Amino acid sequence: MTQDINVKALKKNAFRQSKVRGETASRVRVPGGLVRAEDMVRIAQIAEDFGNGELFLTNRQGVEIPGIKLEDMPKVQERLKPIIEHAHINQEDTDHGYMASGTRNIVACPGKRLCPFGCYDTTAFAQRMDQAIFPNNRHVKVAFTGCSNDCAHVALNDFGIIGMTEPQYDPNRCVACGACVKYCQSRSVSALKLVNDKVVRDENKCIGCGVCVVYCPTRAWTRSKEHYFRVKIMGRTGKQNPRLAQDWLRWVDEDSIVKIVQNTYAYIDEYIDESKPEGKEHIGYIVDRTGFEEFCKWALKDVELGPKTQVAKRVYWDGKRYDRENELV
Amino acid sequence: MGYALGMDGFREVVGALAGQYRLWAPVLKVGEGRFTDTDVVRYDFVTSADEIEWHTRSDYAFKEILTPLSQTLFYFTDGQTTVPPADTRDVLVFLRACDLCALRRLDQVYQQSGPRSDWFYDRIRDHVRFALIGCPESQEDCFCVSMGSNVAPAGSYDLSVDFVAGTDGEPQVLMDVPAADLAALVAPRATAERDVEPAHVTENETKVTVPAEVPNSIYKSDIWAEYNARCIECGRCNFVCPTCTCYTMQDVFYTDNGKVGERRRVAASCMVDGYTNVAGGGQYRRTAGDRMRFKVLHKVYDFRRRFGYDMCVGCGRCTTVCPEYINFAAAVNKLADACAAEAAAATATKEGAGANA
Repeated sequence: MTQDINVKALKKNAFRQSKVRGETASRVRVPGGLVRAEDMVRIAQIAEDFGNGELFLTNRQGVEIPGIKLEDMPKVQERLKPIIEHAHINQEDTDHGYMASGTRNIVACPGKRLCPFGCYDTTAFAQRMDQAIFPNNRHVKVAFTGCSNDCAHVALNDFGIIGMTEPQYDPNRCVACGACVKYCQSRSVSALKLVNDKVVRDENKCIGCGVCVVYCPTRAWTRSKEHYFRVKIMGRTGKQNPRLAQDWLRWVDEDSIVKIVQNTYAYIDEYIDESKPEGKEHIGYIVDRTGFEEFCKWALKDVELGPKTQVAKRVYWDGKRYDRENELV
Repeated sequence: MGYALGMDGFREVVGALAGQYRLWAPVLKVGEGRFTDTDVVRYDFVTSADEIEWHTRSDYAFKEILTPLSQTLFYFTDGQTTVPPADTRDVLVFLRACDLCALRRLDQVYQQSGPRSDWFYDRIRDHVRFALIGCPESQEDCFCVSMGSNVAPAGSYDLSVDFVAGTDGEPQVLMDVPAADLAALVAPRATAERDVEPAHVTENETKVTVPAEVPNSIYKSDIWAEYNARCIECGRCNFVCPTCTCYTMQDVFYTDNGKVGERRRVAASCMVDGYTNVAGGGQYRRTAGDRMRFKVLHKVYDFRRRFGYDMCVGCGRCTTVCPEYINFAAAVNKLADACAAEAAAATATKEGAGANA
């Protein structure tokens, strides 16, 4: 017998509508991709007890438990409770599963906790952002990556946050061994050169990846006390016009980024096309409609950018328009 | 004479020393390590006890006061040279037993290895005194006991510092102060006079065997080949070493006036590419394995052949700092094993030849 279930409510509760009638899958969100091992055991046990014994690892660092009978959802929610509590997410009611599924899980690479190149604590920033914007039905994707390698593929997100450090150079500790120049060339963007046996950094070219600091054998290069970020915006996948996010801000600070993403929700509320399926629309399409300047006006409201922050006056995206023409040439 | 001091009295002593000396000491540089939000301990000038990292061996050695990483020797114009003035105010260097042993090596190279002493070295060296930081226990990768540098040489320091728990449980500082002028400064701030022997390490987890003799055949041993793939030739092992003394010269002509410039002396590393380059494009040691062989033999054999004692003091900094986890002590032990094997093979060959005769 088909259960009388509100499928739309179910989806908002982070249960997927399965193609197998009568079944669902529970999505466990893992902000920043870091989950306690004991909670992973709990997730596995739910799969054993209520699912089909399998777990699916999602592209956005979630864990999906497939093969759950719809009638078991209340029991599954009960079992999700400790996992939600441990996730430190912004959700007071932990008795009814995950709230809302519009704003997607916040993705992060391992960052400085593990990676030698990570320029900041991606997990902590992802968790802070999670607190700031969850739960929310608006379709927003935010991702964090530790350095310009972009292992977290932040360029496919509405907001892609990339870590930067401003390399500090002490010429008195430099012996012109050339390691920084060599590795900047081979691993980064060739922003360094030796002039009169001391290193000169092209400040415009430098992407703040910190490779020079990692490879300097004498501590002539060190990291700035401040952590900086590059923000890429409005990347997306999808059927119509997939495209990579483009640089909007660089040398921006953490507080400003949180505020900007929060502000963006008001912009979405103002301009979203509610006729879109399930009231969801990639922000980039809204920006295409309103113009980039209008987005900036809303996003930067009451944001005081630091003196080092550079802001792009224009941002241009590309990507194929499949809604116009997709014949191969 | 030895003294016991409370922490407040000790802070006063360091403050008083700072009034007479520039204090050169290990400092925990927060956030200045290779990786994000990691630290490094290296030497810097301080003015108080609380700025000094007393407990963790520095990553970079004290030698930077005597042989700066980069130093302008003189400026030159058309027909003139000018030596920049040096800060010759007295310096008190805080360092460990291995470092004081290393000092002997630095002096050997800069003052006693040629017809005359190095003028630039002497200019600073003549104004430096030394304060020993006791080592109650071995630190990571140290093998000072194997190298015989776990105890400060007699008469090598003017005062020592050890932190102990006092009888009342409060932290206490013990100081041995052989220098009478400094004892006069410590005594009024001490809680008691007593005999003090600076703490020293008696056993390290890491132990090395230094080969007594190294046959020339070791040059072709296959023990060096692994370093071709492992070593990235960054030179950290040399830059952090308290006994490495190599430098190179930079003659720099200012870009906006090619007639004016400066000559700099900067630290050099036998592991970094270019070290053995000679005129005409020659290069004596091209591979990391060759460079490793040169370095290891220099530290535990070649220096000894010339000066009668080994250069390496077993401080372990080179191992701790290596980004590729190359353990210098392991390299020395591999060398010792290879030397023993070569000697055994030579004996067997000799005996075999004898039997045939």
